[in-house]
Amino acid sequence: MRLNPKMHLLDPLSPDLKKAATREGFGAAVAEIGDKDPNVVALSSDVAGSVQLHHFIKKHPGRFFNVGVAEQNLASVAAGLAYAGKTPFIGAFAAFSPGRNWEQIRTTICYGEANVKIGGSHTGLDVGEDGATHQMLEDIALMRSLPGMLVLSPCDYLEAKKATEAAWKTKGPAYIRCTRGKLPIFTTEETPFEVGKINLLVEGEDIAIVATGDTVFPSILAAAELEKEGISAAVANMHTLSHPDEQMLAKLAQRCGTIVTVEDHQVKGGLGGAVCETLAEASPARVRRHGMLMKFGESGPGAEVMRKYGLDPKGIANLVRQELGAWKKEG
Amino acid sequence: MKLSSQKELSLMANTIRQDIIRMLVPAASGHTAGPLGLADIFSVLYFHEMSYDPKNPHWPDRDRLVLSNGHCAPVLYASMARAGYFPIEETLTLRKLGSRFQGHPSRHWMPEVENSSGPLGEGLAIACGIALAGKMDGKRWRVYCVTSDGEHQEGSTWEAAMFAAKYKLDNLVAICDRNYIQIDGNTEDIMPLGDLAEKYRAFGWHAISIDGHDIGAIISAFEQARGTKGKPTMIIAYTTPGKGVAEFERKYEWHGVAPNKEQAQKALAQLSEERKRIEEAKE
Repeated sequence: MRLNPKMHLLDPLSPDLKKAATREGFGAAVAEIGDKDPNVVALSSDVAGSVQLHHFIKKHPGRFFNVGVAEQNLASVAAGLAYAGKTPFIGAFAAFSPGRNWEQIRTTICYGEANVKIGGSHTGLDVGEDGATHQMLEDIALMRSLPGMLVLSPCDYLEAKKATEAAWKTKGPAYIRCTRGKLPIFTTEETPFEVGKINLLVEGEDIAIVATGDTVFPSILAAAELEKEGISAAVANMHTLSHPDEQMLAKLAQRCGTIVTVEDHQVKGGLGGAVCETLAEASPARVRRHGMLMKFGESGPGAEVMRKYGLDPKGIANLVRQELGAWKKEG
Repeated sequence: MKLSSQKELSLMANTIRQDIIRMLVPAASGHTAGPLGLADIFSVLYFHEMSYDPKNPHWPDRDRLVLSNGHCAPVLYASMARAGYFPIEETLTLRKLGSRFQGHPSRHWMPEVENSSGPLGEGLAIACGIALAGKMDGKRWRVYCVTSDGEHQEGSTWEAAMFAAKYKLDNLVAICDRNYIQIDGNTEDIMPLGDLAEKYRAFGWHAISIDGHDIGAIISAFEQARGTKGKPTMIIAYTTPGKGVAEFERKYEWHGVAPNKEQAQKALAQLSEERKRIEEAKE
């Protein structure tokens, strides 16, 4: 497996990789940004600890506001704060923010041009035991359809910090998609993070896997498996979902012919949707979307639930084999 | 521009009502009853109560007006035009393609307004955010939030009501246009709202009930609000929807339609008569 040296990754096969949740990266970054920028305020709807805003609260208690279990209020109060010059970071479970307050986000934050940063935690099947109500699988679709919204989906703790920092530096509404579960930290401080740019992590020619968030690491492991069978799979991390990297997607399509998208999200409206829309216009290619096939999840340990729905390395590798096999037959 | 006498403020309210009728005719759609009912309150807000500078709309120390029931945009546009923000003739472009006078107020099209609105039940929360920022920064400006009674059926309004009390936002005063109508009928038939003042008191607010057409009562309610410390104030203003035009008054059917030319002529004639009565009345 050829790791792209420009990405400065740790060895993904090393057993010594540390683990942390991307929500922890979000929380750590918001606390640090709070040190640098006195205009930054944070709000939560009774889940401040769960979205790791306790770091911010400890450092800046006077700049944190708990709205109670009231996500609609969370969004609109944040908009008001932004109109008056503050930069609010709001954090909650994604199923409820942006799940419940989508219209407030649309009207008061996006249409209202408010500089509000939305952290949505507990996304995807990774949530595990809490079950389908809390496994947010539609947030990318909800956020990606809003004019002006920057949608970021980091793949590990360090990238979550960088994504949060980038959201702060980008004027206007932003959504940062985070996980509950701990994910291996395989990027480094040196790994680039540029809004709107895909990170090509693994070079490959036979097929390109484009993943986002918590499916990036299992996609790398899948590529390692496939390599043993002589299949050269590229792995790309598309962390920006609102502004697809058209150039890189076209390059991957032309080089590999087929693209497999992998996401811990419904296959409609999320990463797969973004890639299909982009390639259909820029460089038509075969795209196979992998993710939740328009179903709700279920309870169980996150890793087991993800395995059941094929979002573990084996499931991703199987899908790639299937895809290549199908095309070989036709060829 | 400050108007000192109640008579002048009543005349301004009458002017605003005529402006509302005039801008709704070419628009050929929009809301008539609510804006007419709010004219006295807006006259007091823009010509007596609030500090602002139309030449410098983003003056940092201005008072902020958050219109929550965005469909009442015509009363906001007329008041702001009369206050010097825009030429009154331009309000005749209401709802036309390319006009900054959007069907519902928009910060994007009209940066002079504090918030974009239309979807109900959001303004009070926005006002809370603005008021909280003012408190954090130790500012003396105040936030005025105009709401409708109908939008108190939105749960989000009550989320904001709790928030304002928790954070002791005494720099926030909300006005509820208690006109008892909504699109489908009378509020107490569609979804009874009951005693809103008592509800707000139970939520930790100071609440005042007034006749929303009594200029003196409106002025003193705002004074009382300014003097109330440690909690936000809600003014329940009992108003007559369609106020000033007999054919429109108290008819929910006039919530969301605009008068045609003929109806407008009759309405303007009535409002001109009313103007004469105000002018002739003793101070």
